[in-house]
Amino acid sequence: MSTTTIPAADEPVRFYDLDEHPHPEGYSTMLGFWIYLMSDCLIFAILFACYAVLGGNFAGGPGPKDLFDLPLVALNTAMLLFSSITYGFAMLGMAKGNKNQVLIWLAITLVFGGCFLGIELYEFSELIHEGAGPWRSAFLSSFFTLVGTHGLHVTFGSIWLITLMVQVARFGLTAANQRRLACLSLFWHFLDVIWIGVFTFVYLMGMLR
Amino acid sequence: MIPQPAPVSPILGKLSLDALPLHEPIVVATFCGVALGGIALVAALTYFKLWTYLWKEWFTSVDHKKIGIMYMILGLVMFLRGFADALMMRLQQALAFNGSEGYLNAHHFDQVFTAHGVIMIFFVAMPFVTGLMNYIVPLQIGARDVSFPFLNNFSFWMTTGGAVLVMASLFVGEFAQTGWLAYPPLSGILYSPGVGVDYYLWALQVAGVGTTLSGINLIVTILKLRAPGMSLMKMPVFTWTSLCTNVLIVASFPVLTAVLALLGLDRYVGTNFFTNDFGGSAMMYVNLIWIWGHPEVYILILPLFGVFSEVTSTFSGKKLFGYSSMVYATIVITILSYLVWLHHFFTMGSGASVNSFFGITTMVISIPTGAKIFNWLFTMYRGRIRFELPMMWTVAFMLTFAIGGMTGVMLAIPPADFVLHNSLFLIAHFHNVIIGGVLFGLFAAINFWWPKAFGFKLNTFWGKVSFWCWVPGFWLAFLPLYIMGLMGVTRRMRVFDDPSLQIFFIVAALGAALIAAGIGAMLVQFAVSIWKREELKDVTGDPWGGRTLEWATSSPPPEYNFAFTPVIHDLDAWYDMKSRGSERPLTGFKDIHMPSNTGAGVILAGISTLIGFALIWHIWWLVGLGFVGLIGGAIFHTFNYKRDFDIPAEVVAETEAARTRQLAGA
Amino acid sequence: MPRPRPLSARLRALLTLPAFALLCGCDMVVLNPAGDVARQQGDLVIVSTLLMLLIIVPVMALVVLFAWRYRESNKEATYSPDWDHSTSLELVIWSAPLLIIICLGAITWVSTHLLDPYRPLSRTGPNQPIAANVKPLEVQVVALDWKWLFIYPEQGIATVNEMAAPVGRPIRFRISASSVMNSFYIPALAGQIYAMPAMETPMNAVFDKTGVFQGLSANYSGHGFSKMRFKAHSMDQAGFDAWVAEAKKAGGNLDRTGYLQLERPSEGEPVRRFAGVETGLFDRVVNMCVQPGKMCMHQMMMLDAEGGTGKAGLHNVRHTEGETSATGTHMHGGKSFVGEICADQQDVAVGAKPKSVKPVKQATLTGAGLKQPSAKPTPIAPSVASETRPRPLS
Repeated sequence: MSTTTIPAADEPVRFYDLDEHPHPEGYSTMLGFWIYLMSDCLIFAILFACYAVLGGNFAGGPGPKDLFDLPLVALNTAMLLFSSITYGFAMLGMAKGNKNQVLIWLAITLVFGGCFLGIELYEFSELIHEGAGPWRSAFLSSFFTLVGTHGLHVTFGSIWLITLMVQVARFGLTAANQRRLACLSLFWHFLDVIWIGVFTFVYLMGMLR
Repeated sequence: MIPQPAPVSPILGKLSLDALPLHEPIVVATFCGVALGGIALVAALTYFKLWTYLWKEWFTSVDHKKIGIMYMILGLVMFLRGFADALMMRLQQALAFNGSEGYLNAHHFDQVFTAHGVIMIFFVAMPFVTGLMNYIVPLQIGARDVSFPFLNNFSFWMTTGGAVLVMASLFVGEFAQTGWLAYPPLSGILYSPGVGVDYYLWALQVAGVGTTLSGINLIVTILKLRAPGMSLMKMPVFTWTSLCTNVLIVASFPVLTAVLALLGLDRYVGTNFFTNDFGGSAMMYVNLIWIWGHPEVYILILPLFGVFSEVTSTFSGKKLFGYSSMVYATIVITILSYLVWLHHFFTMGSGASVNSFFGITTMVISIPTGAKIFNWLFTMYRGRIRFELPMMWTVAFMLTFAIGGMTGVMLAIPPADFVLHNSLFLIAHFHNVIIGGVLFGLFAAINFWWPKAFGFKLNTFWGKVSFWCWVPGFWLAFLPLYIMGLMGVTRRMRVFDDPSLQIFFIVAALGAALIAAGIGAMLVQFAVSIWKREELKDVTGDPWGGRTLEWATSSPPPEYNFAFTPVIHDLDAWYDMKSRGSERPLTGFKDIHMPSNTGAGVILAGISTLIGFALIWHIWWLVGLGFVGLIGGAIFHTFNYKRDFDIPAEVVAETEAARTRQLAGA
Repeated sequence: MPRPRPLSARLRALLTLPAFALLCGCDMVVLNPAGDVARQQGDLVIVSTLLMLLIIVPVMALVVLFAWRYRESNKEATYSPDWDHSTSLELVIWSAPLLIIICLGAITWVSTHLLDPYRPLSRTGPNQPIAANVKPLEVQVVALDWKWLFIYPEQGIATVNEMAAPVGRPIRFRISASSVMNSFYIPALAGQIYAMPAMETPMNAVFDKTGVFQGLSANYSGHGFSKMRFKAHSMDQAGFDAWVAEAKKAGGNLDRTGYLQLERPSEGEPVRRFAGVETGLFDRVVNMCVQPGKMCMHQMMMLDAEGGTGKAGLHNVRHTEGETSATGTHMHGGKSFVGEICADQQDVAVGAKPKSVKPVKQATLTGAGLKQPSAKPTPIAPSVASETRPRPLS
């Protein structure tokens, strides 16, 4: 793209690239994936905005202070943050071309991701069991939706992770698989960043409300 | 609060024979018509053994040109449906006077105006615009296809899936009776317990995924696949406006997805985002939906601004006046379109300062828009204007749109909006900009690029008949609405009690009939042109004396668009090439790398549509099964690593030789 | 204080009205209303049109002119195919719309503030400032499915689908809705504003002509929407008194039970009158607690502001089994709501004691043509000063 130099005055102007090389496969993928992530980020932005608007509407019911179990959520946060680090190790393994290292670290990432989801589901089920389901108040609606949407993303990320593990195991660290690992890496870290927002704005600041 | 599900069948959910509107004669007759037409079509396809051809060459195609054409066909089919709704409304409103209830009951009429809005915006204007960008943009930037060809096919089928759901609502169940933006609490489960709003939600969600993905795809295509030498400021204006449109799509459709998801949660799970009780806020919905809704307006109009630029410059035989100010105007509009959403509900009572802020930002948009109009005007100045059909539509646009823009600014003044809001004046205003801007632009575009897509021009006579029915028809249909707006008549009324209004509605109905004649003439134009395609044939590939790259290749372009990628030195690249005597290379062809067709898009979108249908009718087993199928199918698709093939150099050489012979014969 | 007749009014009289009258001979109530606010709003429509025509007309004329002059067959016209830039021309094409928008923007800012429906009126007509001792007529409006309820607290009466007001007396509407969103619109009076459940939107207006005018909902609200019409009577004081007396004669009392009955969906409801209204009914409507045993919104908001009621509040949800929803269809299960907490707050809490009453400034703007009205700001009666209710989210 736009790499042509302006020809010298005596040289005839070239109007066709007679010796072109096709763009390498996946030439646009990372940019495309970034843009997708930004659009996803916008969905989270809306959910955060809803939480900001409705987060104080307890409808005469309990508020964050009554419901949140901060140590548990801190543990949960740690799980997700660790999973991001271990994914980073998997990427390092990829850079070295070490397939087994990649697979091991991906598996560890998956375990952390699974723990995160497990703890979140436990938290949700406890709340619902107590009667503080998403239908009790607008605050709980927006809480469950924001946190749940994040959890749903982690679920899809995990399914993707498993798929990629199979593909890396079967086909090795091909260019296509490396690109996919890089995309999932972006996705995974993106979810981490979103979670930091959730933890700060929903849980920590909720305790201060 | 938890909506307790009604006793539903475990197999069919809420679906039962009662869902079929057998007691509505109009619907039954329509269904018979559609069914007969459908059976005839299927029979014809089977008889002529076209199924394999369609599947292999079209449905599974990842060629941006074929997908573009399929989008246009989808838009046209849905346009006929949406227009039928418009005619029904006009007729109802012309009849329902002096105690007459007209011929539509509220249940029916309310569905008709909701469906009209939804269909015209999401399933007519959007497919038309997306199809146009899909077809033209890669050609204009000298690319072989879009960045993600499979995704392109998938996006198309998702849009189609949404359209299928809307059409299904006509015959199975009902559509929403809420107005096209489905404001809660009316659209909440308490006040709309039927499946209508669910149809609305899932149709838009399925189609919205397609639109967002296609937006990402086109942004990346424009940013990464431009021919060498084409810097941003050498991009054709249509490509620029497409870029801005797709930025708007990617930055606004997620908002729609989110807000509809929240409304869906309210309806399905019993959350309280937009309910009256339990701390919900319906006003938040109105804000959020318009944060998407206003950029949407510019998503529709910006590409057409690009079309008008190309058309004016081509048919005036001149460079576009003020290219850079055109580009900056487009960018300014893109940004400002996010700062004006509140002007859709000044009357919600946000207070004077907020209202005036949004009123003024709205007016500010008219500055770049005005600059654009002036740019087209001065492109015509000292030109040699050929009044072919695209140019006729452009002039009609400039005259019509100026009025629409003016009434728009009037509505942007909050105190004036307090008397005009939700009135027929508003209806007239936005039809004035959408018909006068978007549709006239599409007609210009179709007449302009048809020869590129099919290799023959469109018949001029029927095109002119259509033009002269449409333009006066539009004014006849909407001038009465402007006047009635000033008489304090509001929208979405089914019956009237002031008999003095009837004459206006009758005139408006006549206008609609004239528009119908215009649509008919356009269909005849297509038919006659296809019939007489040999007479109208264009072998040059450049029938209008074009200026941008799409005219550099043959009509229709080969699968690979350009045998050799063009190198760009100037704005109006093809004009530059022509005037500096560039020669088409005739030898030295190489293999060309192209994406392969795949059925995955059709299948995945089909499953998504099925899930949508199952969700609407609460058929939970099917939802689960579909979901597993969707994820499984997507994973299965990722195991296919071989997604492209090479067109051998000999095939390219042969295609190009045929083109050389064709050019020599011309 | 004598004020010149606004330019806009003169323009309207001189130019547009005859033109429009010639055009259709119809009653353009928006441009020729019967209320001071609507009159100013209508004038704005005309002024803005004229301002924009300054640029629209030349543009349209130039389009036609250029299209004709530079047609292909006219070989005499200059043809300069490469002329594509002119800095001075570009300056003009950006600044001309800019100038118009600056004018319009200024008009917008000023008029939006002066004609803000929330702002108490400072005049009833061009030269008629409101005296300090004039108390506006309060009319409480509830949009029901699908009819309008008007409550006159001062007179102690209520009507359905009919309203009346003495000409020349400022009216202060307090508007709300029972179920879905509507828009309260009397085209001849003062524009419209949304009527929303659990929300109160005020609107200040005044009739300056007697007559019978059309009132309607301008926002689609369901199947019976088309027939949600009422007559708005502008009468002299005697006529108004007679109208009130007639309502008093009609007998009947609108209490909470009666309201719940009335609230049920119906279409094309005839005019009805009630001689008496239960005190605080409107506040209960706004606070969504007409239904017995339901917690009022303001109490809920108060509790929420204090951090909610803890887990105990989880069990305070009640259900009405087999409730008929507003659309008239049978709801599966029924509606649930948050229960009332204290039994003794029923009478006191309603009426939402505002914490601080901030008087509304009569004229937010000063400057040429925008002087403070000579009359002192009307003291705000406590019942009027419910502005502490959260304004609708913008």
